[in-house]
Amino acid sequence: MTTHETEPVGLGMPALPAPDFPAEVRARLEADAKELIGRYPVARSALLPLLHLVQAEEGYVSRTGIRFCAEQLELTTAEVTAVATFYTMYRRKPAGKYHVGVCTNTLCAVLGGDQIFAELKEHLGIENNETTEDGAVSIEHIECNAACDYAPVMMVNWEFFDNQTPESAKRLVDDLRAGHTVLPTRGAALCTFKETARILAGFPDERAGALNASGAGGAPSLAGLRLARGEALPGTGSAKVVSPRHEAEKSTGSGTPSSHDAPQETSLSDPAHPADPADPEGSEGR
Amino acid sequence: MTTEPPEKLLTPVLSATWDEHHPWTLDTYRSRADGYRGLSAALRMQPDEVIALVKDAGLRGRGGAGFPTGMKWQFIPQGDGKPHYLVVNADESEPGTCKDIPLLFANPHSLIEGMVIASYAIRCNHAFVYLRGEVVPVLRRLQAAVAEAYAAGLLGKDIQGSGFDLDITVHAGAGAYICGEETALLDSLEGRRGQPRLRPPFPAIAGLYACPTVVNNVESIASVPAILHRGKEWFRSMGSEKSPGFTLYSLSGHVTNPGQYEAPLGVTLRQLLEMSGGVREGHRLKFWTPGGSSTPMFTEEHLDVPLDYEGVGAAGSMLGTKALQVFDETTCVVRAVTRWTEFYAHESCGKCTPCREGTYWLVQLMRRIESGEGTQADLDKLLDLCDNILGRAFCALGDGATSPITSSLQFFREEYEQHIAQRGCPFDPAASTVWAGRTAVNGNATRQPVQEKGVLA
Repeated sequence: MTTHETEPVGLGMPALPAPDFPAEVRARLEADAKELIGRYPVARSALLPLLHLVQAEEGYVSRTGIRFCAEQLELTTAEVTAVATFYTMYRRKPAGKYHVGVCTNTLCAVLGGDQIFAELKEHLGIENNETTEDGAVSIEHIECNAACDYAPVMMVNWEFFDNQTPESAKRLVDDLRAGHTVLPTRGAALCTFKETARILAGFPDERAGALNASGAGGAPSLAGLRLARGEALPGTGSAKVVSPRHEAEKSTGSGTPSSHDAPQETSLSDPAHPADPADPEGSEGR
Repeated sequence: MTTEPPEKLLTPVLSATWDEHHPWTLDTYRSRADGYRGLSAALRMQPDEVIALVKDAGLRGRGGAGFPTGMKWQFIPQGDGKPHYLVVNADESEPGTCKDIPLLFANPHSLIEGMVIASYAIRCNHAFVYLRGEVVPVLRRLQAAVAEAYAAGLLGKDIQGSGFDLDITVHAGAGAYICGEETALLDSLEGRRGQPRLRPPFPAIAGLYACPTVVNNVESIASVPAILHRGKEWFRSMGSEKSPGFTLYSLSGHVTNPGQYEAPLGVTLRQLLEMSGGVREGHRLKFWTPGGSSTPMFTEEHLDVPLDYEGVGAAGSMLGTKALQVFDETTCVVRAVTRWTEFYAHESCGKCTPCREGTYWLVQLMRRIESGEGTQADLDKLLDLCDNILGRAFCALGDGATSPITSSLQFFREEYEQHIAQRGCPFDPAASTVWAGRTAVNGNATRQPVQEKGVLA
């Protein structure tokens, strides 16, 4: 026998229209939609916010959500679907309460993002774009999130988790699954993916303290300002650009069995700036 | 080599208040950053005088292309009876670029004040911020700052008694690098797939809703209030004749102190590295990008290139977004370029054939070379493909995709050949992680060629 028996036979019938939202949900969303549409001179500009809005309702953009957007803007569902599938932030199937993104664009990947992502997948037992069985965590490798000075970077529900390691990343998802309150390095205490989508739709986060949480930025954001104020940055004592011309003199750096307890770099390791004028060659003959 | 102290080299303007108490609030912006004094100065002038001032100051676009900001404003036809729009491009997504996001997180009012000034100049009554969606903490502060500005009469009707009205809508994107391209951004803001438009007509004639539109980068607009408040001579006292002013340089990668360094245009990477602690301890510079992954990469030969529009251009690259991504000798350039190429293929919008098909084939070749299955002919094939994309794609995404490949082949061809000859990658990815020095019990593992990299897709 062929496999035809086990597969549904297509009769060339178009799919039935998506079911509508329940009346009370629809009434609530229509009020929100009206407010969003009112912010633009042309209604269709509200489509991306409306897609965030229906995602805030269901956790993903369903056929019902697409139908709702189409009706609000007098578009066809095909037109809305074309837009919804273009943008990566709209989920096309139900997913986790916490969306965990690991940056694996070049800089974060090289600095450790690849290892973080690999270890996280193994730790959770899921692959890219999958969700844990308890529905708590979905993971995805993401592109550059404009935080390269904090690499390697992770995002959870689009709040910043800077300077991550495989250990911190695993601890983070464990905390999320255990239901603990998790604080980002930049951003407010995590809310759910649905609540995040509502902020993205354009309805401000009303939680007390959310706006001021985590300050103005971490050390990288303030690095230049501190130098300009005459303060020193960590590791700037005698450090200079390590020029390739001096490579040979430094070849005993990392890579030898005892490199972990090699002498700390001093001004003597910078031949361009000898500390002791009586020793013009430096004492670098090691 | 003369080394000036950092406090003389650096010029914090946009970042000057980031260590103040709650610098994102209107109170701090007004009391500590002369906030909204630039607006008061602008409202005392005629709109055309504001345009002339910004043009004379020499402010150039900070989003990559470096087009003179005042000239963009001047292109808006006046008295045409159509609405005019200002759209701020806050879709910061170019790999390596991380200046607008920290700026908006710490100092959103500098953007809002700049938007009111720019809107007044171009006679616009409705302005938009198109912020990439993946940065909710920034969205939160931007929404709050706009609300504060409305409450203080700095937005809305009859701003400060001037008779000038302005509304600002904060719009969150939904994940698409291409929307950083200004015409794709406009399509996206109109509720469509973000695909670039054919030009001409340029946005200045037919932009948002086919009306005259200025699209400016966040940092460009945020730089305007200080020019109004302190004057064009002050602005021109920094940088060079053709590239005047201050800007945010974003240092990242294998450096001791990554971060934001606001300096006059024309500073060099050597100066920035020397003041900030250099390349990470025990390592040396291998390659770097002057302004994101779409700008051809540089090596240690280029440490003294003045980082302004002309200097970087003359050295064969582009200033771009001043995203200084630094990679040391532990980094495999083939791996780095493969990953960037995968990014461009993923983000290609699919509208034009050279970019859609070309980036797909670039990825196939790069992956093959990286995994040790490439041939010498593949290297020429790569260049041939790049030749067929560069200048033939619909927008700059396709051009950008070729930059890392052609520049890395120029400087590191032998490393590509090594992958082919040795049938594999000679680098250990573990050695380039930030924790490489911390976790190794002893260092000898970092020098062994590793055949299997495991984590690479």
